[in-house]
Amino acid sequence: MPTLAHYLIVSGLLFAIGLGGVLLRRNILIIFMGLELMLNAANLSLVAFSRFNLLADGMPNYNGQVLVFFIITVAAAEVAVGLAIIVALFRAKQTTHVEDLNTLKF
Amino acid sequence: MQLALFSIFSLLMLAFALGVILLRNPVSCAMCLVMSFVALAAVFVTLDAYFIAVVQVLVYAGAVMVLFLFIIMLLDLREEKRRRVRLSAWVGGGLIVGGFLSALTQVISALPALDVVKPAVSHPMANDVALVGFALFRNFNLPFQIIGVLLLVSTVGVVLLSKKELK
Amino acid sequence: MSTQTAPWIILFTPLVSAALILLLGKFSKTLSASLALIAAITGCVLSWWLFNQPVDGKMLSLNWLTLGPELNLTIGVTLDHLSKVMLLVVTSISVLVFTYSLGYMRDEEGYSRFFAGLSLFLFSMLGIVLADNFVMMFIFWELVGVSSYILIGHYYSKDSAADAGKQAFIVNRIGDFGFMLGILLLWFGTGTVVFTQLIEAIPGLATAPIYLTIACVLVFMGTIGKSAQMPLHVWLPNSMEGPTPVSSLLHAATMVAAGVYMLARIFPILEIVPAAREIIAWVGGITCFAAALMATQQSDIKRILAYSTISQLGYMVLGIGVAPTSDVAMFHLFTHACFKCLLFLAAGSVMIAMHHEVDMWHMGGLRKKTPVTMFCFFLGMLALAGCPYTSGYFSKDLIIEWAVVKIPFLGWLVAAAAGLTAFYIFREFFVVFFGKARSEHAEHAKEQPITMLVPMLVLSVLAIFAGFPFIQDHLFKLARPDHELVPHLLHPLLYAMFFGGAGLSALLYFKAQKDPISIPLFANRLYIDNVYFWFVNNIQGGGAAFLSWADRWIVDLLVVQVPSKLTWACGFALRFLQLGNIQAYAFFFGAGVVGLLYILISK
Repeated sequence: MPTLAHYLIVSGLLFAIGLGGVLLRRNILIIFMGLELMLNAANLSLVAFSRFNLLADGMPNYNGQVLVFFIITVAAAEVAVGLAIIVALFRAKQTTHVEDLNTLKF
Repeated sequence: MQLALFSIFSLLMLAFALGVILLRNPVSCAMCLVMSFVALAAVFVTLDAYFIAVVQVLVYAGAVMVLFLFIIMLLDLREEKRRRVRLSAWVGGGLIVGGFLSALTQVISALPALDVVKPAVSHPMANDVALVGFALFRNFNLPFQIIGVLLLVSTVGVVLLSKKELK
Repeated sequence: MSTQTAPWIILFTPLVSAALILLLGKFSKTLSASLALIAAITGCVLSWWLFNQPVDGKMLSLNWLTLGPELNLTIGVTLDHLSKVMLLVVTSISVLVFTYSLGYMRDEEGYSRFFAGLSLFLFSMLGIVLADNFVMMFIFWELVGVSSYILIGHYYSKDSAADAGKQAFIVNRIGDFGFMLGILLLWFGTGTVVFTQLIEAIPGLATAPIYLTIACVLVFMGTIGKSAQMPLHVWLPNSMEGPTPVSSLLHAATMVAAGVYMLARIFPILEIVPAAREIIAWVGGITCFAAALMATQQSDIKRILAYSTISQLGYMVLGIGVAPTSDVAMFHLFTHACFKCLLFLAAGSVMIAMHHEVDMWHMGGLRKKTPVTMFCFFLGMLALAGCPYTSGYFSKDLIIEWAVVKIPFLGWLVAAAAGLTAFYIFREFFVVFFGKARSEHAEHAKEQPITMLVPMLVLSVLAIFAGFPFIQDHLFKLARPDHELVPHLLHPLLYAMFFGGAGLSALLYFKAQKDPISIPLFANRLYIDNVYFWFVNNIQGGGAAFLSWADRWIVDLLVVQVPSKLTWACGFALRFLQLGNIQAYAFFFGAGVVGLLYILISK
């Protein structure tokens, strides 16, 4: 049987992969995908906690799952807005490469 | 049996996630992401979170991924040209990821309470969707409404952002 | 029209007219002059009407500021005998001087500005007269200071006029500072600033006589500044730089009288503080004598009158100090307002005839060129010198009598000052109007227009008759010292003083072409101005230089420049972190999070 630690390690690894994508990839779309991976890692640990900490009546703690539901909703909104911004940016700059998007400096 | 399923899907998920950040073609990245999400949904099932698993597939693998692919097609992104690799960026990024992972292992190995085996639920056949719905509408009704407003606002924002001329 | 509303109308009409003149004055000179005159006449008519009305009930008093439970400031009017008389004096003299100004200022620049200033001044002065509490009086007291600054500096392009305005303002600040401290002390002791409540509450403070004395003397400092007593008298002669109607109205008849009026207003308080009254008496007596000495050696026709004003104010202050009722001083204030105003108007008339020449040694022989002016000056002079049965004779002798009874030394000193008064004013009269013309202007002098002569003639009548018993009894409740107590020598001596001073002056100056006697000590005003000049130059200048150094090097450099440069340097260093690269920011962010994690784990 997998323990809580298994789930948390997998979640941590997924988070690390997402973080690595954000830090190392230079295509802004891929960076965005890395962000989604990090969000999902958080979801995974939340669901794991909800399942491993049963309530007094022996049912999973659904508060954790409700939180995951909210995160998914926010992530959907975020993807919509973020992608719209990327499209606007691309229209202006003709690139999705972050090193070419460096006008915001002194 | 459970451990096997968990291991298979976890490994799949991690492998596809790696694919996302290592492949050069944006379309393949997006496809890897879909697979990663689907595998994650399977991991959710091993945690008896059926509703979340379904939502994960519907929202992420369905809506979000379509959006991603749509944008990639719209912008007509091809395989990235190889650029000069910046060593400092790789070292810095690696350091942070490594630091994060080592902090995580420290925490997980130090806490014995995390070594719990999954306890059995009292009603294995309980209606998962109904229970999530109860929690959502009884205890989190106001946040739920607010999330609705948030979605509306983001929709309006996206419409504004996508206009040709930003005034 | 009721006695409730009339004072408010009197008070605010001049303010309204000042505002209207400022708005509309540039269109028409006539309009601005008539606006000011209408305001003054309105005030005058209402004051005369009000004088004969009995005051019914409590006067209106508006809440203005509530500063905690302790201090509730009101704006209200007080209508008693004192303020009614003062209203009469101020508004009537104003009407005459405003009329005179129509002629005097006819060819001057800043015509409407001048009348706006006069109206503002009238408003402020009426505010002092009508104030029912110390704070309101102080506000109008300062407004009088401001309007006198505006009026003295009327010819602001002339350096001496601008400086004189500044000097008057600054010297008055010194006195006003004491005045304010005095008000605060009285408030602290009694918890009120309203005159009527203050007078009721003061006996409760009688157990702390030293505190009360200090408070009263500090309040008296306001008088020292505003009424030009020693040692703050230096501004008054210099304020003669302003147009002559200003000198006449402000620096002879009304504004300088405000100090005396204020003392009369708080007379019931002073009555229970004998020590303070003694100080007041000494300051007044010494000022009276010293100013008369200084006046004997001046050659500027207006400055002689200015020193004479200081001297006469000394009499009034002395009167407050020695007489058992404030009406004695107020009586002299009243007669003095008439004859000194007249003298200034006559001097202004001479100046216009002489094309603004003020040195009397350039005049001479004007009696044939300007007979009416000479006649008016003569009458005013008689009143000032205390010629028997003129107004000055009645009021001045009364004060001298009280002084001789209460503080004999001061009494004889001011009696001598009366002789000096006769001497210096006759000296001016003879030099200006007799002898031969000493300059070309003096030969071609002409009499002035009717608008200037009528006020002078009206005032001449007043100067002679204002002191007659029927007016005395109507306006004042005078108290005379017991006949037994007054030395029999006094009255003959005062006659002798008048005739002696006048005779000596006639002997020396009747045909003099230049001053036959020269006393540098008096000509240089006892060197008091020089002492101030030395003090300001050396001691205050040194302090100012030090403060300027401290401001430049300590405040500007250490306190301001160093932190600002430091902040700038930090900002300069930190802005290299702003790379414009989103992944660099993600890197910093991630590094921060990981660092935080380690801190949390290691705890």
